[in-house]
Amino acid sequence: MALSKADVNNINVTAVASKAIQWNSAADGFEVGTLGGSMVLLTTATASGSANLTFDSSIDSTFDSYVFKFINIHPSASASFTVNFRDGSTAYDATKTTSYFRAYHQENAGGGVLAFDSFELNQSTAFQDLSGDSVITDNDSGISGTLQLFGPSSTTFIKHFMANINSIKAGSPPEMKDSYTAGYCNVTAAIDGVQFKFDSGNIDSGIIKMYGIV
Amino acid sequence: MAISKFNYNSFNVTPVASKALAFNSDADGFTTASGSSMILIKTLTASSSGTLSFVNGSSDVVLDDTYPVYKFEFINMHPQTNDKGLQVNVSIDTGSNYNVAKTTTFFRAYHYEHGNEGGLAYQTGHDLAQGTGFQDFTEGGISNDNDCSLSGEFFLFSPSNTTFVKHFMGKFNLIKSAAGGVSINSFVAGYANTTSAVDAVQFKMNAGNIDAGKIKLYGISD
Repeated sequence: MALSKADVNNINVTAVASKAIQWNSAADGFEVGTLGGSMVLLTTATASGSANLTFDSSIDSTFDSYVFKFINIHPSASASFTVNFRDGSTAYDATKTTSYFRAYHQENAGGGVLAFDSFELNQSTAFQDLSGDSVITDNDSGISGTLQLFGPSSTTFIKHFMANINSIKAGSPPEMKDSYTAGYCNVTAAIDGVQFKFDSGNIDSGIIKMYGIV
Repeated sequence: MAISKFNYNSFNVTPVASKALAFNSDADGFTTASGSSMILIKTLTASSSGTLSFVNGSSDVVLDDTYPVYKFEFINMHPQTNDKGLQVNVSIDTGSNYNVAKTTTFFRAYHYEHGNEGGLAYQTGHDLAQGTGFQDFTEGGISNDNDCSLSGEFFLFSPSNTTFVKHFMGKFNLIKSAAGGVSINSFVAGYANTTSAVDAVQFKMNAGNIDAGKIKLYGISD
């Protein structure tokens, strides 16, 4: 049974609703902290006319896999949303073999198709297309989705990744596109950076969050 | 300066194992709390393993009504024998038998490293129709070259429910054993056609051992 010795104002920290109490970095007192869990937010990158959004730290052996969440990524010009990986140098040019398929459906009820499409890579160092086509620039349109990278710090295995994003293809009528990209960086060097960009123009706005999975 | 006079049972809240001590939503008292909704339950690491099994109540595994959804993550599963594929089955008798009837679908996209061939198709040879055998995660086998593997994720919904069948869904990427190297992106879904509680899940290669790799079990809370 709990003893009722310590009430909330007996702790030498300022109470913050729904926050946890943790030892401080010197382990000689308490502080308020965020509750942990198996999906740990590491970095949030917010675009503002950005040429790219790059995650070049915190990708190491701390976590077995990393998840990127894309929230309303909006291009400055109609273009494809792409990704590449850094494998030891400063360049984002890891060799990749990938597959790509998508479902699409147009606003006038055209389409309604599921098929493999030619946005895959074979042993290429180029950026991988995640949207499959140029996306619309309308003010209310963006890209959202997720990409997971497995075991990036392994120096034994290649590096698998899988992505699923929703986008709106440029054109008339607008076309909803549900894209599935997967493959591997065919390198045994550690992957320590991931870069996202449009294949032309800037990322006008949007958020990409990187999580480590414990 | 912090006051160093409080022990774990000195707070005005009932201790709960593995939970955190947090301020309540009014910031005027304490409560127990969890972190994110995705909680790591158990990690199994293969080392020439015939099977990797998660059995509720055994070795700290929780696979019951504690969580409505369970997720398995696979990190670089490597077969000891070339061209063998990872499989799954479930148990309703805490692992005595892995033989529950399942009806499933299987499709995959693929693309060769040489770039001359790729596609997307349903694979009739890897689905089950009330089959009690193990469900394939792969079309063909994983290459056992030193740098080749399978990674992916597998969700099991409400395993302890005794009213409904038990749905599951998985997606994986692997390098198939074939001349030239092939990236395979496979999608498996289906249901264990039982109203008994599923209380154990087992993974294995369709022949030979799991040479290396990690499988991590997470509970996803409400």
